[in-house]
Amino acid sequence: MTETLLKVENLKKFFPIHGGLFGRQVGEVKAVDDISFYIKKGETLGLVGESGCGKSTTGRMLLRLLEPTQGTIEFDGQDLTKLSKEEMRKMRKEIQMVFQDPFASLNPRHTVEKILEEPLIVHGVKSKEERKKRVRELLETVGLSNWHAKRYPHQFSGGQRQRIGIARALAVHPKLIVADEPVSALDVSIQAQVLNLLQDLQKEFGLTYLFIAHDLGVVRHISDRVGVMYLGQMMELADSEALYDSPKHPYTEALLSAVPIPDVHVKKERIVLKGDVPSPANPPTGCPFHLRCPKVMGNCASVRPVFKEVEPGHYAACHLYDEQM
Amino acid sequence: MSEIVEQTQLPPSGPEVNVNQEEKTVSPWVDVWRRFRKNKAALFGAVLVSFFILLAILADLIAPYGFKETALENKHLPPSSDHWFGTDEFGRDIFSRVVYGARISLWVGFISVAGSVIVGSSLGIIAGYYGRWVDTIISRLFDILLAFPSILLAIAVVAMLGPSLQNALIAIAIINVPTFGRLVRSKVLTVKEEEYITAAKAIGMKDSRILLHHVLPNSLAPIIVQGTLAIATAIIEAAALGFLGMGAQPPTPEWGKMLADSKDFIMQAPWTVFFPGIAIMLTVLGFNLMGDGLRDALDPRMRN
Ligand SMILES: Nc1ncnc2c1ncn2[C@@H]1O[C@H](COP(=O)(O)OP(=O)(O)O)[C@@H](O)[C@H]1O
Ligand SMILES: [Mg+2]
Repeated sequence: MTETLLKVENLKKFFPIHGGLFGRQVGEVKAVDDISFYIKKGETLGLVGESGCGKSTTGRMLLRLLEPTQGTIEFDGQDLTKLSKEEMRKMRKEIQMVFQDPFASLNPRHTVEKILEEPLIVHGVKSKEERKKRVRELLETVGLSNWHAKRYPHQFSGGQRQRIGIARALAVHPKLIVADEPVSALDVSIQAQVLNLLQDLQKEFGLTYLFIAHDLGVVRHISDRVGVMYLGQMMELADSEALYDSPKHPYTEALLSAVPIPDVHVKKERIVLKGDVPSPANPPTGCPFHLRCPKVMGNCASVRPVFKEVEPGHYAACHLYDEQM
Repeated sequence: MSEIVEQTQLPPSGPEVNVNQEEKTVSPWVDVWRRFRKNKAALFGAVLVSFFILLAILADLIAPYGFKETALENKHLPPSSDHWFGTDEFGRDIFSRVVYGARISLWVGFISVAGSVIVGSSLGIIAGYYGRWVDTIISRLFDILLAFPSILLAIAVVAMLGPSLQNALIAIAIINVPTFGRLVRSKVLTVKEEEYITAAKAIGMKDSRILLHHVLPNSLAPIIVQGTLAIATAIIEAAALGFLGMGAQPPTPEWGKMLADSKDFIMQAPWTVFFPGIAIMLTVLGFNLMGDGLRDALDPRMRN
């Protein structure tokens, strides 16, 4: 059995809402509301959910780019939430991030060389020669060429920019990479290339990924396990195969029905959800999904379902799986 | 008023363009120069500015007379081949005084603006990056300074320090601090929300390095534009203080002071007023044209 690299427990992030004449706190956005999951060494956990459900917030809390409101993040046996600011800064050598918008996340005034050198400088690679060598190595690793080093981000295509973003994340040999919708901003034709690169890198360097995406289609091939989020909560988490073949949560079923199925024999009805996603500033009581759920029952509106193992390794938060009394 | 030059990013996912090896690497600054070069008015401004800078540097070589060389018998001579711009009421050569005056005006312009930029940007960066109460204190300080009409504030400062060119310079530097402070603060506020700042944090960069290597360089464009325009204003303000007798003292050939000293003779000897006036106008015009051109060149999206 492989060991666990990251274990997140009861993680919450509430953003205060300030209002009124004196900027008092008038409420909070429950961006992430009590989620727990783990990632094993060398695997990819896909994190899926509609825009605004708290995926990025979750990813950013893992690097403590956002401070968690509550919960623990155990990385390699160490609770990251207990580290000082400076200790956490150094810890970021181990956990890196790939961003959704490759252009926005690269400083337009820096050459690729400078962009890739910075993590090395920051984490104490003193020799300039060594850094230059590593930059060449990184460019090659992500499928770019040496002569790209002197160029600026605006001179590259979207796919190439994301390769630069990936190279930057790889620079200091991290263990975990949080990839926040790394292909969402790219042309469909380029997406597969970047996904393949990420998979190759994982094999080559034994990387562990938290792979965030907003639809189930993209994460399918790349993920070992997949978690589905809705309104800041984890609705279901299981092995990819189990999740795609026999989803337990009505929300996952609805999401899956929207993914185009290549296999024509499988005939699935498209489940059209009623209503809009409620605001995380004012989430529904009970199950966050109950207002739109086609299988809503008696206690869904009042009691928040517990996120629990409904089959071995298959977790869901739904009253359909409550023990009969 | 502070001019805010926003530098928003281009939309991300453009069409996949092929970057081939032959295409030359273009640094952002080279790009700026290419755009600046195409702007005729801006180039004219740059030529004017360079011309006055050369005058200031080479004043000793260019000026045929010393700036305080009096010859009372030559009082109020009209322009001639001996005295190209004529002479003033002490018989001093106005051309020479205008040439030396370039030194004074440019010196006041550059040094006072440099002072405002350094102090204003530091305060602006600190206020913008750290936010919260630090921001509140610094921003209120700017508000207070900006609540006074700038020339009145300058007069008040000079009244406290005593009239002299140096104190005029200090006064001008002080009144421009909030302009740069606010400009830089607002720029920092937008820059710090940029994803590449988050990315810099994500790789484990320290705040100090983020400020120096990412926030400051990306806030530079509006500082350069505003700085150029502010030099023009500073030159006018120095001249105004000189005119009011609160700046340069005799026999310093400060253009504003020259105007003031000659204003009683404007009918008999109009050249005593005309040439210093033209010098002020051309320098100020030069810096303004150059500043506007820089703005367009640094941020092409500002153009309509
Ligand atoms: N800094 C912030 N302040 C207030 N609300 C925020 C902030 N960042 C995110 N949110 C809110 O938190 C929720 C989750 O956002 P996010 O994690 O970005 O979602 P996702 O990445 O799944 O699209 C959204 O409702 C968003 O508006
Ligand atoms: Mg997101």
